[in-house]
Amino acid sequence: MDRNSVGGMLKWISFDLPLVLGLLAVSGLGLVVLYSAGQRNLDLVIGQAIRLGLGFAIMLTLAQIPPYHFRFWSPWIYVAGILLLLAVIVVGDISKGAQRWLDLGVVRFQPSEIMKLAVPMTMAWFFAEKPLPPRLPHLLAGALITAIPFVLIAKQPDLGTALVVGCAGGVALFLAGLSWVIMLGLAALLAAVIPLFWTFVMHDYQRQRVLTFLDPESDPLGTGYHIIQSKIAIGSGGIYGKGWLNGTQSHLDFLPEGSTDFIFAAFSEEFGLVGGCLLLTLYFFIIARCLYMATRAPDTYGRLLAGSLTVIFFVYAFVNSGMVSGLLPVVGLPLPLFSYGGTSLVTIMAGFGMLMSVYSHRRTPSR
Amino acid sequence: MRSWRSKAKPPADKLLVREKDDAIESELFFRRVLITLFAVFLALLSVSGRLVYLQVLNHDRFTTLSESNRVRLQPLPPTRGFIYDRKGVKLADNLASYHLEVTPEQSKDLDATLTALRERIELSDADIERFRKLVRRNPPYTGTPLRFQLTDEEIARLAIDLYRLPGVEVKADLTRHYPLKSLGVHVLGYVGRIDEAELRKLDPGQYSGSTHIGKTGVERSYEDVLRGRTGYQQVETNAEGRPLRVLRSTAPVPGKHIHLTIDLRLQAVAEKVLEGHNGAIVALDPRNGEVLALASQPIYDPNLFVNGIDFASYRQLNTSKDRPLLNRALRGIYPPGSTIKPLMALAGLEYGVVNRYSGVFCAGVYRLPGVSRKFRDWKRGGHGSVSMDRAIAQSCDVYFYDLAISLGIDRIHEFLDKFSMGRPTGIDLPGEKGALLPSKAWKRKVHKQDWFGGDTLSAGIGQGYFLATPLQLAHAVAVISQRGDNYQPRVLHATEDPSTRVKTLVEPRQLPPVTVKNPRFWDAIITGMIHVIEGGTAHKIGIGAKYRIAGKTGTAQVFTLGQSERYDAKRLAKHLLDHALFIAFAPVDDPRIAVAVIAEHGGGGSATAAPLARKVMDAYLLDQYDETISAGLEPAQDVRSDGSE
Repeated sequence: MDRNSVGGMLKWISFDLPLVLGLLAVSGLGLVVLYSAGQRNLDLVIGQAIRLGLGFAIMLTLAQIPPYHFRFWSPWIYVAGILLLLAVIVVGDISKGAQRWLDLGVVRFQPSEIMKLAVPMTMAWFFAEKPLPPRLPHLLAGALITAIPFVLIAKQPDLGTALVVGCAGGVALFLAGLSWVIMLGLAALLAAVIPLFWTFVMHDYQRQRVLTFLDPESDPLGTGYHIIQSKIAIGSGGIYGKGWLNGTQSHLDFLPEGSTDFIFAAFSEEFGLVGGCLLLTLYFFIIARCLYMATRAPDTYGRLLAGSLTVIFFVYAFVNSGMVSGLLPVVGLPLPLFSYGGTSLVTIMAGFGMLMSVYSHRRTPSR
Repeated sequence: MRSWRSKAKPPADKLLVREKDDAIESELFFRRVLITLFAVFLALLSVSGRLVYLQVLNHDRFTTLSESNRVRLQPLPPTRGFIYDRKGVKLADNLASYHLEVTPEQSKDLDATLTALRERIELSDADIERFRKLVRRNPPYTGTPLRFQLTDEEIARLAIDLYRLPGVEVKADLTRHYPLKSLGVHVLGYVGRIDEAELRKLDPGQYSGSTHIGKTGVERSYEDVLRGRTGYQQVETNAEGRPLRVLRSTAPVPGKHIHLTIDLRLQAVAEKVLEGHNGAIVALDPRNGEVLALASQPIYDPNLFVNGIDFASYRQLNTSKDRPLLNRALRGIYPPGSTIKPLMALAGLEYGVVNRYSGVFCAGVYRLPGVSRKFRDWKRGGHGSVSMDRAIAQSCDVYFYDLAISLGIDRIHEFLDKFSMGRPTGIDLPGEKGALLPSKAWKRKVHKQDWFGGDTLSAGIGQGYFLATPLQLAHAVAVISQRGDNYQPRVLHATEDPSTRVKTLVEPRQLPPVTVKNPRFWDAIITGMIHVIEGGTAHKIGIGAKYRIAGKTGTAQVFTLGQSERYDAKRLAKHLLDHALFIAFAPVDDPRIAVAVIAEHGGGGSATAAPLARKVMDAYLLDQYDETISAGLEPAQDVRSDGSE
């Protein structure tokens, strides 16, 4: 092996080329859109590029670590995450009416981000040695592992992250072989529980968001304004879009959060249906590649971890694009690799790092 | 399902002792991943479907919404034209002023903002109530005026804190200003804020961005000329409604200046001589119908109305017994009294019921056959034997009782109608009254009674049901002076394009002339009217006159101002003095001015009204204006005096 040539370096570093290409394509497109959506603010683009670089570095670093290290640390990270979530409840900062942040003096960070990785890891860790399909006690234990952080995060309240964590845990159970009978039973139970959830758990602003989703025109100057303006942005884009830098909705500030949560609307306005479908195809390619990689994992830990992490990525992409186009309620989740902002980007790239680690160490059992 | 890794079957004892079997688990996982992938595909497909729905199926709708988001039409209100008198003296112009505007959507907390503003400037509850009403009507993100006419001090106080009050702006605009205050107000009128009733009737496009409209006087009748055309600006705005750039604009067309036929010096004389009376003086140029002066006393300051009169002032103006807001020249209706006699005489000649020389013996009383009531002459003992000439000069009632009976009300009505009696003359000022020229049909309709002979007698001397406005009387005497040539009275002399300064003169508008069978009929009554001044009832005003005057005095015996209730009128007549009336034209040979004067409760027409007319005619015909009158009435610097008449 020639370690001095670039090719040699690439061979030495473990990573998955198709996945990296897919991620580069999406994040590159994201930077182009951000330049326009961010009112041609180059600083914004450079800042985002640096964050992406950092994300790719974290991904590649994690990809080199054999999965058994993750497996060993899984429960400890989980426990630490739960403790931090409890700490947030006691001493956390309140921002925008929700208690999410923990101020460590140097940096403020959201412990809920940790759980996005900790829940897939711990679920995989828990089922790694259990015979699958899992028996009921194991299922209940797994559900509890997911439910504790879900409730803690939902209580902050951070509906978006709670949804991601819940989906990650739920999909882990599904991939572990949760029987269809139980799933149907749960679905029926959910139908019964939702009204109770609506009444006792959800905060006013979350209820308002759901109501506004059902009829955004009812509050055009308040909560509905976001969705209405976002739909106008997307709809006015048409098939081919208004062209790069020509989106009036985003450039004239009609589109709220045009460079963060609603960047998909700014993108669709300028690149139209063609651009939107291209982006969705890229997302599908990434997800499909990740799921393929998950099937190639040598053991249960790797499979469940990879599958669960993939679904986290999917939930981000689907919930955001669905929300922005008015298909789903307004849930504050960024569009992965597209939206301006760092916290969730780092989490997602770390997830891809672990995915690649599982895939490239597929001949190394995680034990 | 086929596994790509292992085809190994699960051990037979699987159900007894479950152990981890990677082959089974791997296959299970693969199946579940396929299902997951399919779900992901469906989910992303549904988003694509949504995009098709928004971007293809509803593209047009959202394009329109996006455009209307982006582009806002901003009205550019035009500058209102000025108003000048016939010599170029400025009566109305526009002054720069500042008003306060608040955009509710931009202020974080409207109530807090209003409270903060109240601490800095004077804001009445009425201001705030009106503001809130307007806010509800205005589209979002538009500034709504809160206070007009900010003082320099208030602007300074606001300027310090403006940055702390988002959505609050001090805006410059032009406010109507009447530099001569009350002079000529009853012709001029005033502008005021557009009220809700007007808002419903107005063209919303033309008046968007405008706050004021002509309410009365020429400000109202020539609203369309003075106003101009509203321009528009298509501006691209951001979500806060702040204009970013102008996409297209149509400049407003400024309103035209107007020049009135009024000579303000004469107007000032008329208003001054009438001071102390409630009444009116109308002076016309009989050769073309131009109104030279149109005075109504009392007067008021139109500036009070421009930005909303305060309640106390309005109450005072509106409830005052003198009714200063009433334009008596057009809307005051009075029994014309003896001033109508020349017209009656002319009717008698025209219908051949009398001739110039036929005489009537006046014993001071007239009896109608079959009626016990005696109709008295104003002069106890009577005038003796009178012909038409003396009957006019001495204002003999008995002569005209007899004449009226001979004519009958139908013919009186038919003939006097030609002089615009009982109907508006059509002057270009709003609100003119038609007053009342009674007829049988009218009495039947309104009073549900037959016409009696006594009614005809009263009408014959301009009493009873008969009512006229000062303008109608001035117009009638003008027609007499022209021997039938009839011009519609008007106050508009010319319009002027403010940019080219080109004046367009208004042509006199001729009405159907009054024709009589023999032109000498005119001589008969005009001679009578000359003898009113020369040895007749108004002989005092003829003393020292440098020109010959023809006139007729009148003394109206009933108080009917604005109300024709007979009961009231009779009761009031006991307590109040008669109205003094006088009509005249001069010079007799080449009439250049026709005047009607009414002084309410002024007593006799000869003693009170006639001298006022003389002063007005002197001023006009001899160009005699004393210093106190003409001071401050110099033509505006920027206007070329139009000497031609």
